[in-house]
Amino acid sequence: MRERLAPGRLSPGDVLRVGAAGLRARPARVILSALGIAIGIATMIAVIGISSSSREQLLRQLDKLGTNLLTVTPGRTMFGDDAKLPTTALAMVQRIRPVRTAAATGSVETSVRRTNHIPETNTGGISVQAASSGLLATLEGAVVKGTWLNDATARQPAVVLGAAAAERLGLARTGVQVWMGGRWFTVIGILGPMPLAPEIERSALIGFPAAEELLGFDGYPTTIYERSSDESVESVREVLPRTVNPSNPEEVSVSRPSDALAAKAAAAGAFTNLLLGLGAVALLVGGVGVANTMVISVLERRKEIGLRRSLGATRGQVRLQFLSESLLLSGLGGVVGAVLGALATAGYAVSRDWPPVVPPWAIGGAVAATLVIGTVAGIYPAMRAARLSPTVALATT
Amino acid sequence: MTRPMTGLVELAAVTKTYPGDVHALRGVDLTVARGELLAIVGPSGSGKSTMLHMIGTLDRPTTGAVRVAGHDIAALSDRELSALRSRYMGFVFQQFHLAPGVSALDNVADGLLYTGTNRRVRRRRAAAALDRVGLGHRLRHKPSQLSGGEQQRVAVARAVVGDPPLLLADEPTGNLDSMAGADVLAVLAGLHESGTTIAVITHDAEIAGWCHRQVRLRDGLIVDGHDHDDRGPVELLKGGRS
Repeated sequence: MRERLAPGRLSPGDVLRVGAAGLRARPARVILSALGIAIGIATMIAVIGISSSSREQLLRQLDKLGTNLLTVTPGRTMFGDDAKLPTTALAMVQRIRPVRTAAATGSVETSVRRTNHIPETNTGGISVQAASSGLLATLEGAVVKGTWLNDATARQPAVVLGAAAAERLGLARTGVQVWMGGRWFTVIGILGPMPLAPEIERSALIGFPAAEELLGFDGYPTTIYERSSDESVESVREVLPRTVNPSNPEEVSVSRPSDALAAKAAAAGAFTNLLLGLGAVALLVGGVGVANTMVISVLERRKEIGLRRSLGATRGQVRLQFLSESLLLSGLGGVVGAVLGALATAGYAVSRDWPPVVPPWAIGGAVAATLVIGTVAGIYPAMRAARLSPTVALATT
Repeated sequence: MTRPMTGLVELAAVTKTYPGDVHALRGVDLTVARGELLAIVGPSGSGKSTMLHMIGTLDRPTTGAVRVAGHDIAALSDRELSALRSRYMGFVFQQFHLAPGVSALDNVADGLLYTGTNRRVRRRRAAAALDRVGLGHRLRHKPSQLSGGEQQRVAVARAVVGDPPLLLADEPTGNLDSMAGADVLAVLAGLHESGTTIAVITHDAEIAGWCHRQVRLRDGLIVDGHDHDDRGPVELLKGGRS
């Protein structure tokens, strides 16, 4: 009748307590080696967080601007020449039932300058365009200074400047005059930013009648903007070419400006791979630091290991002790790193006026990464500790 | 007090050879009976420490058999040996091996860590064990706040907190002055009185003389292993030490 000799089990709380006791005894070393892990995790969280925040910002912008705006521009003729939209195009588009608002602009072959002393070649990248009165409403733009064109001012030498155009001309107020096509025009309004129509931001806008009478504009529209209800965007897109130019629908091209923004949002994460790789390298170096710390810790604590073996610890329990110590060490670095990364994301996002976003999967990934690193870094030192014979461990002086 | 003379630890023809042809033990027979107070004495290099490792199952013999409480340790796995140690053995070393920065209470409670006892019970029994070694008023003190003798008594409390049948003490007073050493020996005497089997490894003839039986080792062999003194340890202590 032999009694059964089964070693006592350590509760999970005891495993953690024993692991933590080893760390508590050497705080400076713990902080330094956890720092390596923290830097790696913080880098990765910040990279993911900042690109997520940027994407979130673009998506929110897209949401606000809507995706129901279509633009119609002339394509090319069969022979490769520039095509023209018919002068009736705007009226035809407005007749499509789901279309709510529509407007046209037409390029005027001239430039806008502060005075006639500035050479004509210095256009500053600003184009002069004739605009129909519905343009502002269709683009859902805003006038920051002055007014938009009305039926009366559309016939006068009056001009409304896009936000970028006003900035390039150095104009911040209305009532001043600019030199266009050999005569003075009065600035009556300045527009706010238009993310869906950056070409309008860079334009000086005048009425169609004024363009034809004062600047010799031929009257052909070059772009038609149109907004319909969200659900009918696709069907409107289908009929637009035939409606605008029934005789040559293939010479009309239709695009959706919000697609560019959506593509930008999708691409917001693409440039971060290199930075993520950098974070991964930092993490790897941190892991090597943890392994190094653990190896030294095992060497220094041979007596403690011997004592624990004499108290009845099995090899498995000694191994578990050093593994849990390694896991706690790298877990500590991971938590600190996640907090630092989240703070960096929040700080950067707030400074750029973005909504701060740290995706939960990034935090989950960081936790998983530190657990893997802690285990891998701890395996070798833990095996060494467990292999140590109790007599050798106790004989060390 | 009746002491059944069944062997708690039995060594039969034990040899231990270390790499490099070092014969630490050359064939030792020894029975440690329950309730004994035994000294293993000999000059350094005589094999005392190896004897401790054999009796304490910290190492296995090269040849020969070691039985502890009826278990042949050759037949036991490392796990089973660990369980055997946690149940039957308490160790006191020349160095105290206390965790720095950890209270006396928690140092002693660690003596039960590997027995599967829960933490509350461990601490309660640790307090009782510290009381037994006369340190009931020092539970919260850290090792650095205790004298050498007190630290060794904490180590003794850790060794006996699980009430092991056998206490193995390796030069327990080697690092202490004679006053502190006498305190530690008094604690050991008290434990022996209450039934714990004690084996003391020492090169100090005076401490050896304080034990009931002396086993003399020389060059890995037992040269003298008889019962020697009829004076009890308590009277000897009363007689004073020079």
